[in-house]
Amino acid sequence: MADENQTTKTAQASDVSRRQFFVKLGLGSLSIAAAGTAAFGYQYLEPNVLYEPSPVVNAGKPDRYPLDSVTLDVNNGIYIIHSQEGYFSLSAVCTHLGCLTAWKPELNLIACPCHGSKFEQNGKKIEGPAPRPLPWKRVWINDDGDLLVDRSTDVPPLARDSFVRI
Amino acid sequence: MAKTADQYFDELRGTRVWRSIFRSGRGSSTLKRALAIQQNVFLHLFSTKVRTRMLSFSATWYLGTLTLGTFLILVATGIPLMLYYHPSAPQAYADTKDLQFVVSSGMFLRNLHRWSAHAMVFLVFAHMFKVFYRGAYRAPREFNWVIGVILLLITLLLSYTGYLLPWDQLAYWAITVGSNIASAVPLIGEKIHFLLLGGHAVNANALLRFYVLHCMILPLTAMFFVAIHFWRIRKDGGLYAHSSEPAVVRAQAAIPTSPGSAEKSGTPSGGAANKEGR
Repeated sequence: MADENQTTKTAQASDVSRRQFFVKLGLGSLSIAAAGTAAFGYQYLEPNVLYEPSPVVNAGKPDRYPLDSVTLDVNNGIYIIHSQEGYFSLSAVCTHLGCLTAWKPELNLIACPCHGSKFEQNGKKIEGPAPRPLPWKRVWINDDGDLLVDRSTDVPPLARDSFVRI
Repeated sequence: MAKTADQYFDELRGTRVWRSIFRSGRGSSTLKRALAIQQNVFLHLFSTKVRTRMLSFSATWYLGTLTLGTFLILVATGIPLMLYYHPSAPQAYADTKDLQFVVSSGMFLRNLHRWSAHAMVFLVFAHMFKVFYRGAYRAPREFNWVIGVILLLITLLLSYTGYLLPWDQLAYWAITVGSNIASAVPLIGEKIHFLLLGGHAVNANALLRFYVLHCMILPLTAMFFVAIHFWRIRKDGGLYAHSSEPAVVRAQAAIPTSPGSAEKSGTPSGGAANKEGR
């Protein structure tokens, strides 16, 4: 009687451990499959090719921009500024939440219509919720004599190399 | 006249075809009416019985039901709108204008969709305030409150994704601002922004993503949680009425805070008196 009890017990014990083994095997393979699905899903959701406009903008001949002028290029979201020191370009996209700012000649400042941030002509913030100044963009003259702006490259504000002089 | 119509209906309910679909059978005893609810795949989510008092306007102001009503209007108007709308970058604005000015009843459907959307956001908030101030979020209903908060978020996301679809200036700048708020999330903000828009700016990819979210993913998620929300009402003891809670339940609800308060709410003056009063 006692022996029989003993055998049933061991049989049960091994039975449970086998079941546990398969449960672990099943859960393990399911977790691997889930992790793989998550990785594939994430990769799928991230586009590899973007059909977005080129970051390099041709702003035309520099003499289009008179001295001491601020010109907004609405389609490309940049300012072309011809100052005493030379030509430079500012992003016109507000650093707060991405609205397009506008040049106010009567106030001599750049203002954002969304939440009231104000910037100087050189991008420095005057007031408002914007966390950073408007970034300066790399400008250069190409072989045809056109002024080019690279919107994807920030340059240090007011630095010598950040201007184009003609 | 009305009686004969009732008789015809009762006869119809006795027919073999009717009985094969609805199993509760003829007659209108309490049992039959309870079975009609319990044996229906949609209605069985709800309680088979409800206190008459809980169906009065003052108990709930019908805010949850009205929210469901606006949701159903939004589904019923949204699907026909999809038949004339292409979620592609230059076409979407033209289609919206066509719906407004060219398609028969297009303006009616679009306005109904828009106003119902505004009403739904308002009603969800009103429903939550009503539940909150009545204390209906307390045990055993905490989980259903959490489901309700998820439904609030889904409602707001539905409202937000739908906002881009007209593809006008308002839509463009609202989504530009809104998606830039997402990039304020620490560390992964820029990633979320990129995945949400399918690019670095609001463009054709963003429009398509918002369309799929608005018409498929979010409504299906909402329906899933609405089903749980309704089912939990039954499981948590029906619509909440503080005065008719049994003294035991009220005592239980009070236990986690402190033993003293449980004792207090278990007193005969509070519990037993209200158990009687309906």
